Amino acid sequence: MSTSTLMIIAMLLPLFGALVISRLNKAPNIREVITIITSASLLGIVIAIFNQLSQGNVERIVLAEPFNGIAIAFSIESLGMMFALVASSLWLVTSIYAIGYMRAHHEKHQTRFYALFAIAIAAVMAICFADNLFTLFLFYEVLTLSTYPLVTHSGDEKAKKSGRIYLGVLMGSSIGLFLLGVLLVWHFTGSLEFTDGGIVDGKIPAYWIAPVYALFILGIGKAAVMPMHKWLPAAMVAPTPVSALLHAVAVVKAGVFAILKVTLLIFGPDTIVESGANHWLIWLPMLTILLASLVAMTKDNLKERLAYSTISQLSYIVLGAMLANSMGLLGGTLHIAMHAFGKISLFFAAGAILVTLHKTKISELSGMGRKMPFTFTVFLIGTLSIIGLPPFGGMWSKWYLALGTIDFTGPDFTRWALLGTLMLSSLLNIAYLAVIPVKAFFGKIELGQEIKAKEAPLPCLVGMAIPAIICLILFFYPEPFYSLARAATLSL
Amino acid sequence: MIEQQLSILLVVLPLLAAPIIAVINRSSIAWAMTLSVTVCCLIMSVWMLSGVVDGSVIHYELGGWAPPWGIEYRIDTLNGLVALIVCGIAAATALYAKRSVEQEIPKHQIPMFYCAFLLCFLGLLGICLTGDIFNLFVFLEVSSLSSYALIAMGRNRKALTASFHYLVLGTLGATFFLIGVGLAYGATGTLNMADLSVRLPQAVDTHLVNTAFALIVVGVALKAAIYPLHLWLPNAYSFAPSVVSIFLSATATKVAIYVLIRCLFHVYSVEYVTNTLLPQLLIVMGGVAVLYGSMRAIGQTGMRKMLAYSSVAQIGYMIMGIGFLTEAGLTASLIHLFNHALMKAALFMAAGLFIYRANTATFENIKGLGREMPWTFAAMVIAALSLIGVPGTVGFVSKWQLLQAALEENHWPMVVIILVGSLLAIIYVWKLIEVLYFQPREKMRVTGVASGSENIGRSPISMAVTLWILALSCIYFGINTELSMDTAKSAVEILFAADGGQR
Repeated sequence: MSTSTLMIIAMLLPLFGALVISRLNKAPNIREVITIITSASLLGIVIAIFNQLSQGNVERIVLAEPFNGIAIAFSIESLGMMFALVASSLWLVTSIYAIGYMRAHHEKHQTRFYALFAIAIAAVMAICFADNLFTLFLFYEVLTLSTYPLVTHSGDEKAKKSGRIYLGVLMGSSIGLFLLGVLLVWHFTGSLEFTDGGIVDGKIPAYWIAPVYALFILGIGKAAVMPMHKWLPAAMVAPTPVSALLHAVAVVKAGVFAILKVTLLIFGPDTIVESGANHWLIWLPMLTILLASLVAMTKDNLKERLAYSTISQLSYIVLGAMLANSMGLLGGTLHIAMHAFGKISLFFAAGAILVTLHKTKISELSGMGRKMPFTFTVFLIGTLSIIGLPPFGGMWSKWYLALGTIDFTGPDFTRWALLGTLMLSSLLNIAYLAVIPVKAFFGKIELGQEIKAKEAPLPCLVGMAIPAIICLILFFYPEPFYSLARAATLSL
Repeated sequence: MIEQQLSILLVVLPLLAAPIIAVINRSSIAWAMTLSVTVCCLIMSVWMLSGVVDGSVIHYELGGWAPPWGIEYRIDTLNGLVALIVCGIAAATALYAKRSVEQEIPKHQIPMFYCAFLLCFLGLLGICLTGDIFNLFVFLEVSSLSSYALIAMGRNRKALTASFHYLVLGTLGATFFLIGVGLAYGATGTLNMADLSVRLPQAVDTHLVNTAFALIVVGVALKAAIYPLHLWLPNAYSFAPSVVSIFLSATATKVAIYVLIRCLFHVYSVEYVTNTLLPQLLIVMGGVAVLYGSMRAIGQTGMRKMLAYSSVAQIGYMIMGIGFLTEAGLTASLIHLFNHALMKAALFMAAGLFIYRANTATFENIKGLGREMPWTFAAMVIAALSLIGVPGTVGFVSKWQLLQAALEENHWPMVVIILVGSLLAIIYVWKLIEVLYFQPREKMRVTGVASGSENIGRSPISMAVTLWILALSCIYFGINTELSMDTAKSAVEILFAADGGQR
């Protein structure tokens, strides 16, 4: 099959799956089988596209052209390919996990859950393959809207309030700032095409580059750069597979992916370096990394702490983009994949704890590791990968990011501050993440907590094991992500 | 050749059908006739538009009297487009109307209702098609008088005061317009619009010309509900029968805005308008309308009133685009005219369905209704998203164009206002969605429905299907903008052409 056919199938297959799933309310077993089949075949198709890409078969599809020169078009390049691989493989894992979780936790409206999940994945695929900024923006909004009912899944007062924050921040920032940025780029350059080396060079007056770039950094609220981060902790009310999808796979990664795309293919790293825009804008992700880590330490709710950890980790990627040199961008791009596998392990473990122990507070987990060794081992692996310790994949992205900070061309003070931030943040990671499994394994079980805990249902365990193992594999063999990230940042 | 005849047939057909319907006493036949007339008109208007979209102009001399003495129908791309909007919405409304009207209008009044509906439709069409400014006034009155009657048929007794309020203000506006036309006639001695555009610049008495201009603009602004002359609109739309609010919200103000465009850019010229205070005034009023309308919409507690205030805001966008006095701005206004008709009609149709089922559309009575009516709710969400301007919907297309136009002229405050308007739209739209979907269902307070009535159980297919047609066209025209965009562009080109589109 040709690349374009495969791309269209990749975007339509989840939608078709959603349609079938939504009809199967009465037959939960068949419904879940369909979910697994759909996600597995999506992964197969994405791999097929990957093969086409490595053979150099790149095609462009134009769906429609609402405005002169602005088309809804799709094509494939390395960065999008990497994101598609991450998203589709983790969808499969999440689907397996969700079966165990949703049933054990007796969630309502499971059919709606699986159907909307599939729709969100379709939107993610379209974001991966977006060929211009307009298409990216279009499906960015579709993703916001399709994940909204997942956040408000339980439908109670708390979920409603969170949904309001979720939508308010994400849509507010995208319409108020992101759209304005897109509009300005179009106004100055008359083009929204993703082009190697950017399109703005010489077309946008130099003093405009920093403000417009700032509009993108803040307007892409899914990247959760402070002060646009509030939606992420608020979205914690969602069921755990949703958190996994939001925090590791779809939504946040779509945000940083969009920032990387804008940096690489709209502005061009060279233009950003020349304009000096990143010299002061880079303080935004830098402060986010530190502040979010500090806030995370104060949170006792496990999922909330993970959410703040995500905010901090996302800013690594934004930081990598803003370094605007080859090492930094490579590290940032790699971190999309590395963080995804690490963080999804953490969330799955947190979900398993919730399902079996019904505990959400970290302070109550002391000694539980001895009751649930498997779950907490997964948690430990995820933690170590996020911290960036060998032998786990997370090390590579941090390694290249650190190299990138050394190459940073801005003021010396900023350069050292950047390197210092990365080091300090790793320490903070240990303080707020590693402490959890350590206490669980070696802490004392509190009185009255002598419960007969057992591990989570089998599908949950299978779903948890896979990303944890991948974390390990990625250290020894970080392919195909390394070569894809390399290719995406090669033009530098 | 046939296109020429079409232009007059469009007016004559409903004009003939209306009195016939009035004397029929079977409501279903009255409905069937209304539907067939509107559908015929829709087909003819599509035919007519396809004849003028390339920039050619259709002339029809009424009674064979040559213009400027006789009345002339003159169709170019601009009024072809507006006529298509009117006919399209009328056909959709007619398709939707049957069950809703049966429920809301007393049985013996139904034929009269359809008669008034057709008269209103004919009046709006006539305004679009005629090339004679006095004839335009006549049609304006035809449509206004019938719409007063239509609004007064609302079940709530407040409909009477709403209608009376509208009548007072509408008559005021029409009178202003008439005096303006009279003064222009005094200055030039002609009533033909094309002829006026030639003679107005040569008129000796500039005071007369200026006064005429001011009166015409104020009169039309009242009809178009341009802030701060919008006071009649919210009550009129929210107390009218559902079918009437669908039709009027999507067409009446649009046609008035068409008259404004026609008068500013054709009868008077761009150069003339540029030298007045009006463009700045329109831009500022448009901006204020966007903010004010959206704010008020947020504060409402009833769905229809909220939509009505949102209309005030949306009219603000169109006015703003006209105020820029550029091709891009006017194109944006015209596209929004088209797009807003689609989405507002769809939203009022959804409100109509809620009223059909729950007998009211105030927030406290439709809590949780969205879960009971998922299809209606889904279609409403699509239309509501276009109201916000989410990409992929029609709302985005017009906002994008308008933003472009504002940037071209470096109107930074307006850029900000347009974006803020979208953000405010998110708030009121989401308020509605939360009420419909998240609020716990309460025992529906149903009044005026016979016990055991089927109404509460299911929505009529015809209403739901029409709603979905409009909702889907909100997406279709958001992605394939060929029709709206190209037509609007060609219409604007003609208006801005050196000779102002004269022969």
